[in-house]
Amino acid sequence: MREKQSFEEDIKRLQKIVEELTGGKLTLGESLKKYEEGIKLAQECSAMLNAARRKVELLIKKDGKYSLEKFDDSESQGAQGN
Amino acid sequence: MPKQINDLFNTQTSMRKQPRHIYTVSELTQDIKLVLENTLGEVWVEGEVSNFRPAASGHFYFTLKDEAAVLTAVMFSRANKGIKFKIENGLKLICFGSITVYGPRGQYQIIVEKMEPEGIGARQLAFEQLKNRLFKEGLFDPAAKKPLPLMPFRVGVVTSSSSAAIRDILQILKKGASCADVVIRPVRVQGESAAQEIALGVNEFNQFQQVDVIIVSRGGGSTEDLWSFNEEVVARAIYNSGIPTISAVGHQINVTLSDLVADVFVETPSAAAKIIVDKKNALLADLDSHRQNLASSFSEIIYYLHNQLITLRHMLKSPLDRLIEKEQFIDELATVLHSNVRHYLNITQEQTRALIEKLEALSPLAILSRGYSLSLLMPEQAIIKDVAKLKTGDLVKTFLGKGAFLSAVQEVIKDERKAEF
Repeated sequence: MREKQSFEEDIKRLQKIVEELTGGKLTLGESLKKYEEGIKLAQECSAMLNAARRKVELLIKKDGKYSLEKFDDSESQGAQGN
Repeated sequence: MPKQINDLFNTQTSMRKQPRHIYTVSELTQDIKLVLENTLGEVWVEGEVSNFRPAASGHFYFTLKDEAAVLTAVMFSRANKGIKFKIENGLKLICFGSITVYGPRGQYQIIVEKMEPEGIGARQLAFEQLKNRLFKEGLFDPAAKKPLPLMPFRVGVVTSSSSAAIRDILQILKKGASCADVVIRPVRVQGESAAQEIALGVNEFNQFQQVDVIIVSRGGGSTEDLWSFNEEVVARAIYNSGIPTISAVGHQINVTLSDLVADVFVETPSAAAKIIVDKKNALLADLDSHRQNLASSFSEIIYYLHNQLITLRHMLKSPLDRLIEKEQFIDELATVLHSNVRHYLNITQEQTRALIEKLEALSPLAILSRGYSLSLLMPEQAIIKDVAKLKTGDLVKTFLGKGAFLSAVQEVIKDERKAEF
């Protein structure tokens, strides 16, 4: 969840930076800073989207508490759509 | 029942004391009408539709039949307005209405008030009723729909963990959006308790909180198979979900209540997963264009500043440049001036020389050198041009080509001829 929030914030921040830089009302120093920040944000966000670290889990509720159990989805690789 | 009718007839005949009563057709029809309408009144009857004729007035005329009998039926427009399904010949119906007699034709018929298709009819009717109720309550209101998150990195799925639906979803996400974690809340998607379980699954994800979107899903099946997704408890759980929901039920275009209530609805489980893949791809494309925009904006800024610098440098350099220009101009002028002066001087020199030559030519000395002489009257030193100015004894100084001498005038010869040599 924290990831997701910071992701949405990052995207918003990036959009703002692009607007500011396109607006062209910044000094050279400011522009350089914004440019560097924007490129960094774009790279980080892309990296998050391109990450291949997914987990598949089952939501289990026991005695009023939630826990996650690993779900074996190996069969989904060879599965046919039926 | 025939006994009852006989009794009625018997009572009536016995009341008229005549042994032979002759009815008019109208009277008899009236009596039949009374008997039929009073004894049967309102009935449910099932049969197959035939000879269906909707009239311009909006009334439906048709017959209901089975293997052995035919019943004429009328359904007036006020009653048939609310019918959701299409009536066709051959359709098996359950009708509710009253039996009446139509005198002009000598026919008995049923005036139909309600009808349902046989089989799932009642359930379907209940479904339509529920749908209307939820619609009026605002559960399908587009304004109540939540937007999906920009990118769901954690996807909750309420479905059977062994279904084709979950396999499809997992496969597509793995291939297209491997950044997304999946949490499955396994439920039964069919049968008695399925609706309760599905609703509970949605509620539990909302308590658990840690997913960005909930997909409520089931693979294709018959209308009956998908029925759990039409239950009120499921519709309300989805409506009350604080987490955005995607409904992906069935493989055909059979719209369930779950579809109508969810924030987004797609036809298949695969399509639900594809939404997430598409979001990811769209974001990546956005990020790419952001990066390009950043680069081009920044280089524009650099280019602009560079240009400004050049302009400024020009402005700084220009006084010097102008001075040099002026100097150059002056130099040019000087050169021109110089050559002009020289030219002029040359011309003047030439003229001077000519003049001098002329002067020299005119010099008396030159003439004298040719043998002429020049005499001046002394002491005035006046050039003697006329002997009339002379008298004997005057002192005369005479210049020759070389040297001069003084002499005294001995005689003045006024006759020019005498003066000839």
